[in-house]
Order: sequence, then C-alpha cells, then structure tokens
Amino acid sequence: MANTVLDFERPLLELEEKIAELRKFTDEKGIDFSEEIKTLEKRARELKKDIYGNLTPWQRVLIARHAERPTAEDYIKALIADFIELHGDRSFGDDKAIIGGIGRFQGRPVTVIGHLKGKETKQNIKRNFGMPHPEGYRKALRLMKQAEKFKRPVLCFIDTPGAYCGVGAEERGQGEAIARNLMEMSTLKTPVIAVVIGEGGSGGALALGMGDRVFMLENSVYSISSPEAFATILWKDATRAGEATEKMKMTARDLQEMGIIDEIIPEPLGGAHRDYETTARNIATAIQPHLEELIGLRFEELLANRYQKFRSIGVYQEG
Amino acid sequence: MLKDLFRKPKYVTVKPDKPAPAKRDIPEGLWVKCSDCGEIVYTKELEKNQKVCLKCQFHFRLGARERIALVADEESFRELDSNLVSVNPLGFDTYSEKLIEAQETVGINEAVITGEATINGQPVVIGVMDAQFIMGSMGSVVGEKVARMFERGLEKKLPVVLFAASGGARMQEGILALMQMAKTSSVIARFNEAGLLYISFFTDPTTGGVTASFASLGDIILAEPGTLIGFTGPRVIEQTIKQKLPQGFQRAEFMLEHGFVDAIVPRQEIKTTLAMILELHGKGVANG
Repeated sequence: MANTVLDFERPLLELEEKIAELRKFTDEKGIDFSEEIKTLEKRARELKKDIYGNLTPWQRVLIARHAERPTAEDYIKALIADFIELHGDRSFGDDKAIIGGIGRFQGRPVTVIGHLKGKETKQNIKRNFGMPHPEGYRKALRLMKQAEKFKRPVLCFIDTPGAYCGVGAEERGQGEAIARNLMEMSTLKTPVIAVVIGEGGSGGALALGMGDRVFMLENSVYSISSPEAFATILWKDATRAGEATEKMKMTARDLQEMGIIDEIIPEPLGGAHRDYETTARNIATAIQPHLEELIGLRFEELLANRYQKFRSIGVYQEG
Repeated sequence: MLKDLFRKPKYVTVKPDKPAPAKRDIPEGLWVKCSDCGEIVYTKELEKNQKVCLKCQFHFRLGARERIALVADEESFRELDSNLVSVNPLGFDTYSEKLIEAQETVGINEAVITGEATINGQPVVIGVMDAQFIMGSMGSVVGEKVARMFERGLEKKLPVVLFAASGGARMQEGILALMQMAKTSSVIARFNEAGLLYISFFTDPTTGGVTASFASLGDIILAEPGTLIGFTGPRVIEQTIKQKLPQGFQRAEFMLEHGFVDAIVPRQEIKTTLAMILELHGKGVANG
C-alpha cells in the first residue's frame, strides 16, 4: 500500500519484499522455501518491533506526515454511517482544507469536522495541504453551533501543518477566526471530542482542538509550530528541524505527560498508514466510553470541566 | 540575585516596581532620527510629544510602563500578579538566561504588566504588553496574568482594557505556550457572559497567537496608527508566497479597511477615547 517509503522503514519493506518473492518462487517453481520464509518472517517481526518500538520524535513527525497516512476522510468513511458533507461558512466560501458534516457514530447522530490533506499532489493542491483559510475555521464554527442547536456531539479530527499564511488569509482575518473558535468552543453546549490524527500544527490545529477530551494517535504530533518553523525562529536554520523535535516535546507521550491530552490511541505496529481499519477501530474503541460519559453530564458540569481543563494549563512560579 | 531565580524554584524575589529604563526606543543622545520620515528630532521634544514624530506623526513603540503612565491616571496603577515568573518547563537551553536578560534590560518581569487603575477616574483592570520582552511573546505567565486580569474584572465587575504587543506564543515553552491561547479565550468567554466590557487595543507589532486569541476578542478593538496586526508575520508570508507584499499590508489602516479594527486612535487621543467608551458603558454592567 505504501508508495512513499520512509528511510527507516526501508529495511523492513525490503525484507517483506524478499518474503513475498520466496512465496512466489514456492508457488511457481514448487521449491519448498518454508523454512527460509519462517526465519525471514520472524526477523521481519523483530525488525518491526525494533523500528517502531523505538521511534525518535523526528521519525514520528515523518509518520505523521506520511503521504499514505489515513486522513479525516478515511476515518469518516470507516466510522461514520450516513455521512453527509456540509459546505461553506455562509460568508465567504467553502474551504476544502476542512471537511465537515453530519452522520452517525455507532448509531448516534454526530457532527464531524476535520482538517483534510490530500494524498497526492493534485488532491493536496485542492485541499491546500490541509492548511485552512479563515473561512475554513468559520465553517467549522458554523457546524459546531449547528451541533449545539441539535444537541449532537462534535467529533474533530486534527491534521494540519498549521493555518495557511498568505495574503487572503490575512485579509479575511485568520487571527480573528481562530480566536473566535477558541472562545466559542470553550462554551459550546454539547460534548466535543478532538483527536489528533496526524500533524497538530499550532493555532490552526488548536482551533478545532478545544475538546472535553483530547486524544492523540500514537504517532501523531502536536506542537506550537512545525519543527522547521521552530528551528528557523530560534536558530535561524530550518535544517535543524530534526533537532527541534527533540526539544519541542511534541509526541503523544510528551503531551500526555504534560497533561495536555487525555489519552493516546495505539496505532498498529508499523503506523496507521499500514492498516487503516485497525486504526479506525482503535479510535472508535478509545472515544466510545468517553462520549457516553460526556453525554451523561449536565451542561453546567460539562462546561465547568472543559473550562477547568484549559484554564489550568501552564507552568510558572508564584513567588 | 535574579540569576538564582531559576536555580532555586522555591522562592523568588522580584522587582516589580523597578522603573523602566527611559528612552529605550530612542538611542542615547539629544537627537533622534525618525525611522519613518527620517526627520531628526530633538529627543526631549519627542518625549514631550508622547514619542510621536513631530513631523510625520510616526508612533515610536512604547514600553509597558510608559504606556501605563500615558493611559492611567497618575498614581492610580496598582500592579497585580507581579510575583508570577516564568520557569523553563521544557528545559530549553538559553531560555532561563534569556528571561534574566530580558528582565534586566527591559526592567519588567514578564511580557505583560497587569493591574488596576483609573482612567479619568473610572476604574478598570488594565494590561499592557511589552514587545521588547522576548518579542512580547506569550508563555505560561503571560497567559496566566491575562486570565487573572479577566477574573479580577469578573470579580469586581470592572471593564478590562488590554494593550497587545506580541510576536505570538513563546516558542521556548512549546505546547504550553500554545495552550495559553485556549486558556485566555476561555476566560474571556466567561467574562463576556457576565456582560462586562473588554476593550482590546492593538499596538505595534501584534501577530501570531496573541492576535489569534485574546487580542481579537474585544467588544471594541482599537489600534494605534501604523500598527502591524496579523496572524503570520509579513516576513514569513513573503518567504512563503515568494512575493513582495503591498505597502501597508497588515497595518492598522489595512485591518480597519478589512473590518477587523473598530477605530484607529492616535496616541494623543487614546486616554480620552478610552474614557469616553468607558463612560458609555457605565461600569460595564448592562442592567447592573
């Protein structure tokens, strides 16, 4: 499935190719390679554990950005029945970097909103590489308010390098659009669940991220900026992005340790791009009990908890 | 003494009332060249004119304390939360040193000063950011102080006036800095529900996470002439789109034109304008 191969994945893929070749040989020539295959398979399993069990933050960034990584659209297909996409912000246009709509999650009507990247160049251009303009955030907010009206929980999938930076985005108030989403989400009278599925880049990610529960897929990342921008701002050297990822504390585990996210959703060994179905199932399994719990809360309690969750973030000294 | 601050996390001594070093924007000397029109102005004249160029009306940047002196009634300012100081949560090299350096050179503890004051006799909670303090960036302390300002306003039913000046969220605090956007916006939502007035004032320059959170959420949004206001800074946009940006792009006048600023207020009129708005809102309570 993976057309794009990351360097550190290559030994594994080569091994897997070799196994496939031996199988083919066995079938075509009738020579028995079963012993060799078994040995290689064992080695592949070990290698897999070795590679994916000890990923560096930078490697996780690469997995999070993997061209084949499942997108919000893939998870919608897998998890949301009767999905109807709803378009536009009712003010300027329809931003294709954000997908939103209504459907059923495990039988229950929900509103789903997510950043949406493409998987190849043409799609990516259409989706602006998952970098929304203000109208994208305003569409998201419109759908959230609609969800509030009809008492539907909101499910957000976060996957963006960041809000788009460009002339039009500035003219139409990128900052205002993000700010408004943050403020409105903090008092939205319906449960909100946010799942970082790939890249959680900066304010552009947070603008869909003020959930009662915030989850991260195991290999997703969430940070104040892209590691490239971080390295440029602090060291004036974008090539030090890899080093930046070590400093930034942007992996799911880092964020869980800092109390920023609630739970890490495991990915199948080898990453979400190697098994869409299992990943989608893991997401469903992780969020289901939380959704039930949140739906059971009174609004006052729901909102008080959400408020407290974000109000309490920060590390400082009080002398 | 301040150097010990980051080694002994238990107790700190701060110098909240240390006066800001004067003339920070203006090089030492009797004369200063206007960075806009190039006019050579007599420093004393410039200071007397609230650091606005006598020839072209260019607004030099002000430090937080200078700004407070300009807006708050004399002797009325009572600082809040000056004992909140930043730590180095990610263990980022050079951050602790950078903080100390900023504290020493800028003469304030953090990139925002908050407190209570009166403006023409009307009580307010006031916050002023200082772009000289690590680019006016927002880390945990800035977020917390801003949040507490609004909580103070809520508690005492006072309006909030907040002068923004910031390069955005503070990189050295990583995701914690980003989350201050969520924190401040949440507190403002509550403040709004109480029917209280929030006047947000953009000063040069304000970009990034501050534009994308509390600075854009005022009931009334004002700006000084020529103020840079944006989400992404102009240099990054130019690098991204590989084009030169038009003259005046992201300036206060441009933002007014595009509907994101209510009015541009020259420095000399800030205090009277704020006083007028405050008066029109009573103490900020609708049916109070």
